Amino acid sequence: MCTDCGCAAPDHHHHQHHQHEAEHGSRTVRIEENLLAQNDRLAGQNRARFEACGLFVLNLVSSPGSGKTSLLERTLTDLRSRLSFAVLEGDQQTANDAERIAVTGVPVKQINTGAGCHLDAHQVGHGVDGFDLPATDVLMIENVGNLVCPASFDLGEDHKVAVLSVTEGEDKPLKYPQMFRAADLLLINKIDLLPYLRFDLEKCKTFARRVNPKIRILELSCHSGAGMEGWYDWLQDGVARKNP
Amino acid sequence: MHELGITQSIVAIAERAAREQGATRVNSVTVEIGELSGVLADAVAFCFTACSQGTLLEGTRLQIETIPGRGRCGACGAESAIDTYTFACPACGGFSLERLQGEELRVRELEVD
Repeated sequence: MCTDCGCAAPDHHHHQHHQHEAEHGSRTVRIEENLLAQNDRLAGQNRARFEACGLFVLNLVSSPGSGKTSLLERTLTDLRSRLSFAVLEGDQQTANDAERIAVTGVPVKQINTGAGCHLDAHQVGHGVDGFDLPATDVLMIENVGNLVCPASFDLGEDHKVAVLSVTEGEDKPLKYPQMFRAADLLLINKIDLLPYLRFDLEKCKTFARRVNPKIRILELSCHSGAGMEGWYDWLQDGVARKNP
Repeated sequence: MHELGITQSIVAIAERAAREQGATRVNSVTVEIGELSGVLADAVAFCFTACSQGTLLEGTRLQIETIPGRGRCGACGAESAIDTYTFACPACGGFSLERLQGEELRVRELEVD
């Protein structure tokens, strides 16, 4: 149900229109309204709703093909006996990712953004409506594969988690600094491929810290399983902090 | 191209404000876009004509004011002009720049009849 989100539902009444008598001549009207105010307001509503359920919420961002969905498949399979999950999948088209997640038995909802290049707080607010949030520990939001636009849109998450695979080149943090600045955790994925590539892992970490001195960095491979325990510890610590 | 959504927000905010003022015409709308906001002013200007069609802002002049980026170094305290790709403090070379200005994305004012 849409309560106060600005979507086209007919029962909306939250915009109060004060009609004043028209004056003659031009006049200047100060507005000073933030362009992302609507998104930020809805993100705040999402955050309050998630907080009330003790839900730990992650917004997974990366370029297409970094392995976000594979990382989720492995994580859900390995941790589902210890934690309860729900997953929102964002893509321009297809329900392919949701179908892959559904195989793990975790509740999942696909959001197709069509022409849109990112998820916004409004889509997420509606997207979680079908989930039993109080019975869920972790909500994973897999954003549209795009290192640009999702950086600007708060969804109400606890952390943005950037995934960067070693096939992409170590200078991605310098090329797309907004995204790596917005993330709290960087997962460097596909490290099982390092012997076959000229990817400089130390340089990549240096570049990421140059853009964001506070970023946490974990190296892993969701294919071989290397480094996954560190990610799982981080995840479980986050859930524990939400439910003291 | 998240500028399309950003431009739709400009039109929605300005149209709502204009109606609240009982305006019959909007001559101009002034928008502030920070250099560090990740939003391209040119792309917003490009989208504005299409987004304003059929609204109270059709034919309105869009004025974009660019807010330059400024940062302060967490190590040496120096303030300097920065852009999105400035990672090191120009004074001491340290990598702990705090952004002071340049992330603005605001509709500042309208001129209405």
